[in-house]
Amino acid sequence: MEAKTDKEILRGGQFLVKETNCEDIFTPEDFNEEQKMMRDSVQEFVDREIIPHKERFEKKDYALTEEIMQKAGELGFLGVAVPEEYDGLGMGFVSTMLVCDYISGATGSIATAFGAHTGIGTMPITLYGTEEQKKKYVPKLATGEWFGAYCLTEPGAGSDANSGKTKAILSEDGKHYSISGQKMWISNAGFANVFIVFARIEDDKNITGFIVENDKENGISFGEEEKKLGIHSSSTRQVFFSETKVPVENMLAGRGEGFKIAMNALNVGRIKLAAACLDAQRRVTANAVQYANERVQFKTPIAQFGAIKQKLAEMATSAYVGESASYRAAKNIEDRINIRLESGNSHSEAELKGVEEYAIECSILKVACSEDIQNCSDEGIQVFGGMGFSADTPMEAAWRDARISRIYEGTNEINRMLSVGMLVKKAMKGHVDLLGPAQSVANELTSIPSFDKPDYSELFAEEKEMIKKLKKVFLMVAGSAVQKFGPQLEEHQQLLLAASDILIEVYMAESAILRTEKNAKRFGEDSQKEQIAMSQLYLYNAVETINAKAKEGIISFAEGDELRMMLMGLKRFTKYDNFPNVVKLRTQIADKLIAENKYCF
Amino acid sequence: MKILVCISHVPDTTSKINFTEGDSKFDTNGVQFVINPNDEFGLTRAMWFKEKQGASVDIINVGGPETEPTLRKALAIGADTAIRINTIPTDGFQVAKELAKVAGEGNYDLIICGRESIDYNGGMVPGLLAGMLKANFINTCIGLEVEGVKATAIREIDGGKETLTASLPLVIGGQKGIVEESDLKIPNMRGIMQARKKPLNVVEPSGAEAATKAVKFEKPAPKGDVKLIDPENLDQLIDLLHNEAKVI
Ligand SMILES: Cc1cc2nc3c(=O)[nH]c(=O)nc-3n(C[C@H](O)[C@H](O)[C@H](O)COP(=O)(O)OP(=O)(O)OC[C@H]3O[C@@H](n4cnc5c(N)ncnc54)[C@H](O)[C@@H]3O)c2cc1C
Repeated sequence: MEAKTDKEILRGGQFLVKETNCEDIFTPEDFNEEQKMMRDSVQEFVDREIIPHKERFEKKDYALTEEIMQKAGELGFLGVAVPEEYDGLGMGFVSTMLVCDYISGATGSIATAFGAHTGIGTMPITLYGTEEQKKKYVPKLATGEWFGAYCLTEPGAGSDANSGKTKAILSEDGKHYSISGQKMWISNAGFANVFIVFARIEDDKNITGFIVENDKENGISFGEEEKKLGIHSSSTRQVFFSETKVPVENMLAGRGEGFKIAMNALNVGRIKLAAACLDAQRRVTANAVQYANERVQFKTPIAQFGAIKQKLAEMATSAYVGESASYRAAKNIEDRINIRLESGNSHSEAELKGVEEYAIECSILKVACSEDIQNCSDEGIQVFGGMGFSADTPMEAAWRDARISRIYEGTNEINRMLSVGMLVKKAMKGHVDLLGPAQSVANELTSIPSFDKPDYSELFAEEKEMIKKLKKVFLMVAGSAVQKFGPQLEEHQQLLLAASDILIEVYMAESAILRTEKNAKRFGEDSQKEQIAMSQLYLYNAVETINAKAKEGIISFAEGDELRMMLMGLKRFTKYDNFPNVVKLRTQIADKLIAENKYCF
Repeated sequence: MKILVCISHVPDTTSKINFTEGDSKFDTNGVQFVINPNDEFGLTRAMWFKEKQGASVDIINVGGPETEPTLRKALAIGADTAIRINTIPTDGFQVAKELAKVAGEGNYDLIICGRESIDYNGGMVPGLLAGMLKANFINTCIGLEVEGVKATAIREIDGGKETLTASLPLVIGGQKGIVEESDLKIPNMRGIMQARKKPLNVVEPSGAEAATKAVKFEKPAPKGDVKLIDPENLDQLIDLLHNEAKVI
């Protein structure tokens, strides 16, 4: 594939003010032969090694998780993102997303263990480690000889991650730090060989990262396994450090750089977490379709009931849309990394900056996909009725396992606020021109709307026009809010949350439309009938959400004429000329699922 | 030891079966293709010979370009070289003849075929191939060892097993048992990356003609509804078995 130049790919957040051509986005249909083989291989692994042991995963079989992780290591799944010089496979970002996606579908226990190890447990060293640190630790982590865990959270420091009390004190001879403190909610703690630990040196403003080897002789001890709602076989413990000696050469990056490391590791973690919610949705949907086809009530397979069709259609749609947006962003990141590599950046520098550029999209995806798997598994239970509530069917565990995704890697509240906050910051720095477009939207509000009937005969013509208008809604709401509150906007959290919902819906809906448009152009519209329906259905729902959220936001800060004008603008920007018949769309989508008896998109 | 594994590219067992062209052709639309399971057992055994006895393993397929993902998978599992004879397989005779030409030129010690492929279940290729190559032949193998030029194979026979020896060159028709399902290899990431760099040689067919032609396919008649009969009502059961099912 030819490399893209800097100008051709969108910057992070720029999707809001720039139109994207469908040819310029990457879709799952663009996987090359090697990627398809990787996907099949991971799927086969899950079907053979994980699914048959589902019950053991629900019974807190922590050793099984460790065993599966070792097997994943043997097959090279743990090293896909690691550069080849450290015994990894040095694959592109899309391939690493794909492995994370498909390995995570069967149980949240493996999804979490895999994410914590390959993401936050390994990435801080590959991205920030010195050559010696990388040589010493990364090959072991990439092959699964060792496992990693990430110790940031403390009893008093959760969302406020930089407020930790764990201390690192330099020894008198200057050769090591002595780390003391209590870490909480540490995934993989029970079997990790190496911890990324964040601690404060003296009264530094920011924490510092360290690589700490597990050694019970060195003041490291553990709490009991936490009793959790879900991810029952993912090890989660407290980790106590009591004067744990860590050689000075095990400091990660510089003193006080820990918060930056923590945040950047989370950017990658967030988009990977989004991926980790995708195959779970596909599997839940497939299970629901199969059950609905078999379960007969009133002498009819329940799949034939409109109420069930509605659910199946919405479940499949959220999976399809999540895929569309996740792989779109993943390829943007990969292209950005390649551009940096070509311009001479080191691998770690390129990767860091490449991902950081799309931190907004990473937050958007984390929130959207974690909420989608929650809804999807919730409806999955409903399709199963009473059986869905039973631990003997896969729905119950899927639902419990889904819940954690809204909490870790930054809660969805924090990620929602971050997405808008980062965008506003980018605009202030001039990295994305929001002010110009926001101004033209403001002007448009006071101008007379055109009454021309546009030509909507081409596929998605009206939908794409709608996306443009929805972007205007965001610019109108966020633009006026920034004007009104300036830096104090941060304190208006409910407004920020509403704005971020608009942002999220725009990105997700646009991604689905672009994917389907691209595929319709190359494979023919006829082959994409249901995908077209899913894109239209999602957009319709997005318009409804955006309407409600924007209204709530506008009313919270505007008054009098301004209020009236903005509400009129909102009406104009969310108006369909031709309403899609969503009942028909859902039926069409569901009928295809029912005929195929699986998730087939 | 030079091993050749014959790989056929067949629909996944869960595929929906439909026919086109007046029921004379299998409809490949939307069908997922995989390595023929009997061939995969053989390939896995070949990998064992490669690892333990330093054998070289080539794979061969008669088929169009659409079979290449299946061949790449076999390469990712560990085969050294793939050969694709570029023609659409039509019957066992044509396939065996095409295979025999390339296999003969390659001087293989051991040729592993599946007992049958699960698409059309012809089961003729291994025997025909052995005949054409004038090699020894053992069918329905559920175990295979090779020492020097002597092979020991275990065959499944009705109600038991038979152990035979034969000298190389040898063609076998393998099946489950030659390795177990749990021995099947999932391609690892490194194997997948290496597969891209391994040779996949496309050779033109010799033009062997099929001896038979498929005229029509039929699916089994759909199963009728199950009739439940009250255990008290034996007369009705007998009546139905006699007059409707006509089995007694
Ligand atoms: C199973 C599990 C595994 C985990 N694994 C790890 C791990 O491996 N390593 C690690 O370091 N951590 C881990 N965590 C910790 C996780 O990242 C934190 O739980 C999470 O960041 C939230 O912190 P908290 O639990 O202290 O909640 P709090 O920060 O107390 O949040 C409570 C509520 O308040 C809201 N809130 C907090 N601050 C604000 C604000 N400024 N504005 C608005 N709302 C706010 C939150 O959104 C949330 O709804 C794990 C947690 C769990 C449950």
